[in-house]
Amino acid sequence: MATGPTKLSMAQALNQALRDAMAEDETVYVFGEDVGPLGGVFRITDGLTAEFGEDRCFDTPLAESGIVGMAVGMAMNGMRPVVEMQFDAFAYPAFEQIASHVAKTRNRTRGRVGLPMVIRVPYAGGIGGVEHHCDSSEAYYAHTPGLTVVTPATPADAYFLLRGAIRSEDPVVFMEPKKLYWGKEEVDLSAPEPPIGRAVVRRPGTDATLISYGPSVATALEAAEAAAQEGRSLQVVDARSLVPFDDDTVCEAVRSTGRAVVVAEASGYASVASEIAARVTERCFHSLAAPVRRVTGFDIPYPPPKLERFQLPSVDRILDAVDDLQWEDQ
Amino acid sequence: MADDRDLLPSERPVRLLDETGSPVAGASLPFPDPERLLAAYASLVVGRRVNDQASALVRQGRLAVYPSSHGQEACQTGAAMALAEGDWLFPTYRDTAAVVARGVDPVEVLTLLKGDWHAGYDPYAHRVAPQATPLATQLPHAVGVAHAARLRGEDTVVMALCGDGATSEGDFHEALNFAAVFRAPVVFFVQNNEYAISVPLARQTAAPSLAHKGIGYGIAAERVDGNDTPAVLAVLDRAVARARAGEGPQLVEAHTYRMQAHTNADDATRYRDQDEVEPWKARDPLLRMEAYLKRRRLLTKARRAEITDRAEAVAAAMREGIARDTDPEPAELFAHVFAAPTPQLAEQAELLADELSREGH
Repeated sequence: MATGPTKLSMAQALNQALRDAMAEDETVYVFGEDVGPLGGVFRITDGLTAEFGEDRCFDTPLAESGIVGMAVGMAMNGMRPVVEMQFDAFAYPAFEQIASHVAKTRNRTRGRVGLPMVIRVPYAGGIGGVEHHCDSSEAYYAHTPGLTVVTPATPADAYFLLRGAIRSEDPVVFMEPKKLYWGKEEVDLSAPEPPIGRAVVRRPGTDATLISYGPSVATALEAAEAAAQEGRSLQVVDARSLVPFDDDTVCEAVRSTGRAVVVAEASGYASVASEIAARVTERCFHSLAAPVRRVTGFDIPYPPPKLERFQLPSVDRILDAVDDLQWEDQ
Repeated sequence: MADDRDLLPSERPVRLLDETGSPVAGASLPFPDPERLLAAYASLVVGRRVNDQASALVRQGRLAVYPSSHGQEACQTGAAMALAEGDWLFPTYRDTAAVVARGVDPVEVLTLLKGDWHAGYDPYAHRVAPQATPLATQLPHAVGVAHAARLRGEDTVVMALCGDGATSEGDFHEALNFAAVFRAPVVFFVQNNEYAISVPLARQTAAPSLAHKGIGYGIAAERVDGNDTPAVLAVLDRAVARARAGEGPQLVEAHTYRMQAHTNADDATRYRDQDEVEPWKARDPLLRMEAYLKRRRLLTKARRAEITDRAEAVAAAMREGIARDTDPEPAELFAHVFAAPTPQLAEQAELLADELSREGH
């Protein structure tokens, strides 16, 4: 493990996390489609086969249900598998395994069989991808009891959350925002590891709170920067962990400003953004000066590349929602 | 790559006994030894008793439902007996008799159908996975358990059970393919009982047999008369030995018949004639085995009585165990969702506890 701050992209941070986990624990196995010599289509597993051998990091037949199902069996039998779903929408064939077994095995067996496994899912849009490559599928997993669901927004969180996910005794769906793979940032790998289940305030602010996660955090931060230039102070919270959800940090933030906008890329209907809005409303009602607003993707299949900018939450859309928070009542 | 002919099953299902319990001439495999056959007979008798007792408990309203393997006990027995202690069994909901034959307490197995919890036994205690309900989904798990064992250099073999209907599922295909590619020591044992609830085999496949599916994956396959206990044992013993020796996964199809409806909630008269069922009664695995053992003078009256008594004792323990009021604890609903409850689940547990305390629990 490197010490002191290093400049890493999220892809590199994830690769480092896998490398360090595999070096530390010989029961960690990495497999999926093209993750071997190629290093994965996003190169997250780059060099792992060369370093740890083809038993530890290997290509499988092209079948997602088989990949996740085999991981279940390996997890039952003493291993900590980390599997890659190549793209969000390519994970759907594995959904029965995830919903019926990954999520339920500990419960079905009355706690006797836990499944310490990680399912990595590159997700969401913003990369000009064609259909079936840009889905925000987090709500399917977050809605399924028994799954831990996390999504990093920075290289440092990518590293620490993945290490935590691999160490977890429970199955973790690890959602990686594709569009953030390549942006570099200083990462101190020797910093204390934030636990799964904790949100973080990314930017302090006093007038309203933007609650976001994964790919939308950067947009929320941009919106806060733009608002600051107009004299409005927006706080930005990164949920990081969708399950379990950090009600305490999020609600404390919202109570401090009295206004909230949830920003997420997924279609809004029956979404994680809706859940967050409902939770905040239930818990912070008396501190709220305005209804909680959501800025989400439209309820449409993910658009083709030339139209995707209309689907993604934008700075303007966020600022419009903030403008709607009944400031005239102040 | 193996020779094609080594992968194809024999032209007819392997048989050691004919329908009258007489040894067939020119059998392709040797008979298991007499002690093993007697042990198998005892297991058949217990398996039949477990099946019929569980069905009776459904009629009495003690169990929600029971998918019986009545008539398939040779397969149930064979699946359990072919395994060594360190091996794993992956059963389906119709394989209660096999799970019991592996050593699990029938009352624990029936927890699912009694409604107290889902899987009622500790999968690690006897190396028996929870009984799978969604068809074929347990097969990739079997591959994973076998692959993990192989990576550690253990000689574990995994016996993965499924029925004819499950061979249509994608997970059947994916599991066989993965097992073959990784040479995982799995014996896929398909009990072809001709029906998936109401749908006959002809609607599941156009293949010459289910065992013929093996060659498509590069898996050696065999088919066996599933009501011929010595043949089932001999074929499964060989498959397990080959898997253990590193020859890769094996596929075995047993030709048998579902004598009863899918479950007590099903009405088989809506989709099959009794005329079709009748001939299978004569092929009953117990009758055949008993006829053979008597002819060979292996089954003394005393031995037979001892086996029947054992089966009756198992049935009595089932009745007693299922009748016992266990009153599952509502608080446990939140205990096993995660290793430790999330703050949200802790909150919900508190809500339920409060509700219960107000109801005077």
